[in-house]
Amino acid sequence: MTFAVGDLFLILPELLVITAACVVLVLDPVLRGPRKDVLVWFSLGTLAICMGVTASQVSGPTAIFSGLVIIDAYGAFWKLLLYFVTGLTILLSYSYLKEERLYFGEYYGFVLLALAGMMVMVSADDLLTIYLGTELMSLSLYVLAGLKRAEPRSLEASAKYFVLGAFSSGILLYGISLLYGATGSTRLPEIATAIASQGLSDPLLLLSTILLAVGFGFKLAVVPFHMWTPDVYQGAPTSVTAFMAVASKAASFGAFLRVFIEGLGGLKANWSAIFLLLCIATLLIGNIVALVQTNVKRMLAYSSIAHAGYALIGVVAAGRMEGSSGIASVLLYLALYTFMTFGAFAIVAMLRKGDIEGEEIEDFTGLSKRHPLAALLMLIFMVSLAGIPPTAGFVGKLYIFKSAVEAGMTWLAALGLIFAAISAYFYLRLVMVMYMREPIDHSDTAPHLVMSPTLSIVLACTVAGVVIFGVYPNPLVSFAMQAVLILK
Amino acid sequence: MTVPVSYYIILSAIVFLTGVVGVLIRRNIIAILLSVELMLNATNINFVAFSDHLQDLGGQVFVFFALTVAAAEVAVGLAIIIALHRSRSTINIEEFNLLKW
Repeated sequence: MTFAVGDLFLILPELLVITAACVVLVLDPVLRGPRKDVLVWFSLGTLAICMGVTASQVSGPTAIFSGLVIIDAYGAFWKLLLYFVTGLTILLSYSYLKEERLYFGEYYGFVLLALAGMMVMVSADDLLTIYLGTELMSLSLYVLAGLKRAEPRSLEASAKYFVLGAFSSGILLYGISLLYGATGSTRLPEIATAIASQGLSDPLLLLSTILLAVGFGFKLAVVPFHMWTPDVYQGAPTSVTAFMAVASKAASFGAFLRVFIEGLGGLKANWSAIFLLLCIATLLIGNIVALVQTNVKRMLAYSSIAHAGYALIGVVAAGRMEGSSGIASVLLYLALYTFMTFGAFAIVAMLRKGDIEGEEIEDFTGLSKRHPLAALLMLIFMVSLAGIPPTAGFVGKLYIFKSAVEAGMTWLAALGLIFAAISAYFYLRLVMVMYMREPIDHSDTAPHLVMSPTLSIVLACTVAGVVIFGVYPNPLVSFAMQAVLILK
Repeated sequence: MTVPVSYYIILSAIVFLTGVVGVLIRRNIIAILLSVELMLNATNINFVAFSDHLQDLGGQVFVFFALTVAAAEVAVGLAIIIALHRSRSTINIEEFNLLKW
């Protein structure tokens, strides 16, 4: 076992993010009042540098630190997506935290630490590093969810997230320990070799696969492991909710795909059967329960559950066919999902009713009269989430369903299409409320959108992504194809 | 005379299941936290037993990391519980009903 100094240069983005997080945590008590804004620009600057470094690393796989970490195009794809989401989160939080009167500099420190955990998750090639990355991400998110300390709902969300997160980590870790016993290693390539040579006879192997599926199921919020999602998404500060719904889901999918494709690829017949059940249950519960929600944050939480179900269609398809178009469709789907979900949460975050968030569907009543532009943007996000052309959501679903058809599961694509039609009902209901009803409340506490320059940047970036990739998705598609080819 | 590795797996399975049942049926968050610790320690038994069985140090290294992570998790968990107790004066999860569970 050797330690090569050169390896440190390859994990430069991770080191930079962690250093920046520590600097932010240290500087926070030193800076007073408005000077804390420096921390925001410092964090954004770090992300810009990391983006440059990672963009230059889109190349063949290089295993470093004795195979604990791998630098490849697959990891770079997720990392670039995560930088983008984190940047948007910081910009949104800047105005959101002011509005909520939460002056915590350490907020940005925890966002960066969570990002560091996610970056480790997507570039880890060993179950140990994947576990450590997952925990770093989760621990930071537990804290962020409970940041509104004066608000009992936020603390309750944090406690529920912590209990179920710790429980799922325990299950994941037990699965890892059994897999270690069955294959004699925690390195994903060595696990794949062991499975290929000794076959599938070991009952420990199957048990560990199920436990890993359950552990990741909690992180990805697929039914029946989704119970925490609506509560946590509703209770957490909305900027954190947006971060969790997008970044933590993307990173969990990144690690999940690497474990199941690269490590447990030999068991694909077994796991694709498990995920087929989870996928159908997720589509069913996610879309049906969203129909009866009256709180927009809860509705978007169920929508994010349902979208994980669509992404799972791609995973199931990948397990049933040769070639990599199934995985590419999952990557593409999650990248496109980022724009529309983040945009929708950004509008919810900045819609204020007096001193609190206007997060009930009623608060959107007649929004088109008061804020025509915001209502139009929300319309675009909702149409995209429902998967109606010409938006990003349509392109994502198109590729997912195409890979299901290629895998010989036309019925699954048809099922997905039916659920997409059902989901249009609750997305368009919000549009209906915004456009077809007159505003009821004309007092000073009536819901109104608080605009700020940073919010404008966030909305401009997300809506540009939804529209541009909806019309011209080719660059993203080819990047997803390139990112995936290296994964066996 | 050595103890066969299967004995360790059975022991760890019992400890793990005790933890899982504890998380599911206990109503006090501290008790739930302790049950999660049981689950994590069951994995440590597994790792050490397999490490010895396979004559591979990787498992023991994993235990060090798992212990550290468990300690960090308890620190964050207790902080959340203290904040919760200050605002609600209870740590019984049945009384946390502001959000539909």
